Amino acid sequence: MEVKKSPVLEMKHITKTFGSVTANRDVSLSVYPGEIHALLGENGAGKSTLMNILTGIYAPDGGEIIYKGKHRDIHSPKDAVALGIGMVHQHFRLIPTLTVAENVFLYSGKKTFFLHRDEMEKEIRECSSQYNLQVSPEAYVWQLSVGEQQRVEIVKLLHQGAEVLILDEPSAVLTPQEAQSMFDTLRRMADSGKAVIVISHKMNEVMTNADRITVLKNGMVEDTMPASEATVARLTSAVVGERTLPQQTTEDAERGDQGRLGEEIFVMENVSALNDRGLPALKGVSLSVRAGEIFGIAGVAGNGQRELSEVIAGLRPVTEGSLTLSGKELSKASVKEHIREGIALIPEDRLQTGLVPELSFVQNVILKKSDSERYSRNGILQEKAMHADAAEYAARYDIRHGGLDLPVGLMSGGNQQKLLFAREVSGKPRLIVAAYPVRGLDIGAAESIRGILREQSRQGTAIVFISEELEEIFSMCDRIGVLCDGELMGIRAAGETDLKEIGRMMSGEREETV
Amino acid sequence: MSTALLISIISTAVVYAATVLYAAVGEIFSQRAGVMNLGLEGIMLMGAVSGYMVAVYQQNLFLAMCVVILVGAALGLVFSFLTVTMQADQTVCGMAMLTFGTGLSGFLGKSVAGVNADLAFEPIPIPVLSRIPVLGPSLFSQNILVYLIYLIIPLSMIYIYKTRAGMILRALGENPAALDSAGYNVYALRYAYVIFGSIMTAVGGAVVSLAYTNFWSDGMTSGKGWIAVALVVFSAWNPLTATFGAMLFGAISIIGIDVQTLFPSVPSQVFAALPYIATIIVLIFTTGNFGGRRSSAPAALTIPYDREKR
Repeated sequence: MEVKKSPVLEMKHITKTFGSVTANRDVSLSVYPGEIHALLGENGAGKSTLMNILTGIYAPDGGEIIYKGKHRDIHSPKDAVALGIGMVHQHFRLIPTLTVAENVFLYSGKKTFFLHRDEMEKEIRECSSQYNLQVSPEAYVWQLSVGEQQRVEIVKLLHQGAEVLILDEPSAVLTPQEAQSMFDTLRRMADSGKAVIVISHKMNEVMTNADRITVLKNGMVEDTMPASEATVARLTSAVVGERTLPQQTTEDAERGDQGRLGEEIFVMENVSALNDRGLPALKGVSLSVRAGEIFGIAGVAGNGQRELSEVIAGLRPVTEGSLTLSGKELSKASVKEHIREGIALIPEDRLQTGLVPELSFVQNVILKKSDSERYSRNGILQEKAMHADAAEYAARYDIRHGGLDLPVGLMSGGNQQKLLFAREVSGKPRLIVAAYPVRGLDIGAAESIRGILREQSRQGTAIVFISEELEEIFSMCDRIGVLCDGELMGIRAAGETDLKEIGRMMSGEREETV
Repeated sequence: MSTALLISIISTAVVYAATVLYAAVGEIFSQRAGVMNLGLEGIMLMGAVSGYMVAVYQQNLFLAMCVVILVGAALGLVFSFLTVTMQADQTVCGMAMLTFGTGLSGFLGKSVAGVNADLAFEPIPIPVLSRIPVLGPSLFSQNILVYLIYLIIPLSMIYIYKTRAGMILRALGENPAALDSAGYNVYALRYAYVIFGSIMTAVGGAVVSLAYTNFWSDGMTSGKGWIAVALVVFSAWNPLTATFGAMLFGAISIIGIDVQTLFPSVPSQVFAALPYIATIIVLIFTTGNFGGRRSSAPAALTIPYDREKR
């Protein structure tokens, strides 16, 4: 890189606390025009908080922001936009019922009284073609794929004249191929003199695509370096510190040991189902899972994973096809029958479908079995038994809670998930469907969850494991099926495929099942 | 059916439609902004009684309408303070508005109940247009408040779908966080649309007391506020569709009155209930889950916006 120009943006000694939690402590960050700057760190390391301060969503408790050489107070997203700082949030801020053009012009463009759609659409075509971003301005946002929506968000920022673009986990929802084209776009923007900040927790992606990397840990800057000097070892130690990475070797050796697996107990044949809008979400999915097998479902989120997990748990009606557990037909059975037959669901939105956040630890534990003799006699809850069992769960699965009678909504995500697993596993299921079970959890909690699943598989439980992290799927699963647009693109034994092949299948290339 | 009867049916249906349309269009704006006001009935009654009282005591319709607008604005301000600033539950506040408006209007209206104001919005035939057979006398020999709604419907359609402000309104009820980050003042916009909706509703009430029935009695809007709420959902938040719906309800209620003379053995209450029964049936078919398609309410409807909580 040529001689550094002065930074376009400096954040100095930023501190932000929420109650007793310090989200950012004395964080300093410089960003130069023309660079892609990666902010790396685990969940909860303070990356998003820092960027929310920069975009005016939170006010910092201490420190200052210097933009283009001047001290700036950014009180609102509006201030940030006016300065030229814009952010693509992880959850897109698009309005599905408006067109692409309307979404862009909400933020910028001539403030005419009437909407001049032709002019608006022309302007957006010009703006997007400059960076080779493909969007159709007249389309409604609800019609677009996630990748397209992300491009709309980027066009929105460009049209506002943003010079510092912040992207929060931009590759999380994309296929590897889509992600690469997104980074190509970011590179073109950097080359044209803009500064790009990418929040990420994926080391490989950051090392390949960024110019400089800043690592946050526990709300503080742990390390900052040019990407050329970054190594996996250096980044790993900065991100996770001295904590040792979990041992996987023994389990890994066990994977593929077919003797561990029992007979096929769960079989889906040609199963189709609709999504909430009444459109086909699953199209003729066939798969089978053996006792003790972990069957991975890979794919970009939103390609039918949620519907698949709900169909298996009996929460979503099957429009076609059959679904059997140990030979028993379940495609028309109620949720209760699914539970009785031993199917347990770990839903992707644990706080909405899995737990009741307002209820206490104890009450959540017995939620599914509240009609059992042990917990309820003549309709009266048996507090003693409930508490005893809850305390046992907490101890066995190392669930940290502030008190068994406090609402579970107050617990951390990892502990909520452990509680959910403890409850589901206690029912001695024959099949567990786990949808994104470690999403949003820190490394320690994620590993405990994976441990519970592995333990279950050793005991002969069949497991359907849905995840978007390919590395995780490879380390956990015996076989991998790839979902794309509601279809199962193919099934592979984990030992006989690689990331590339799965990536291709995720983007819709059909491969013959071995 | 004689021509005179047809004219009378259409003409009365139009006035009936106007009473509910003011409230329905107002509520469409309010709900598109993300705030559901279920207290329309109470606000209509307040509009009806305040307009009628001014008409009785001041003998001035212009002043009456000014007071009605102020009353509507005041109630809208209270409602938006509770739901937007205090982030109170919109359903509960709607019920409070309903009971408050019903009770207070009954109390205030005691002195004018049964009193004849000798003053009402009289039909003004529009030259030329009023000479069209059937449609002329029924549509173009109406009072000024009805003509005003003729204007409001197309203007509101243009506003919602063709203007920049309308685009912002459509976004407001879908994703206020997005608007906030675009630099719009979500709170101020919601206040404005809730107050506008409340004013329109109060005017709708005044149409009932000053142009439709021309008297005041306790609870005289008899559920029109609820029919307006139903219309909003029925119309999928579209003022033009709401107009057709309002005409349909108007026709049903009027035809009920005319038809009941033909069936003297059937209790009159059965016919009086027709518009309400129609409301229920229409709502089941337009909002129920048939064949997987659902009518799409604004995504953020009834959800208070809180910048800190996202």
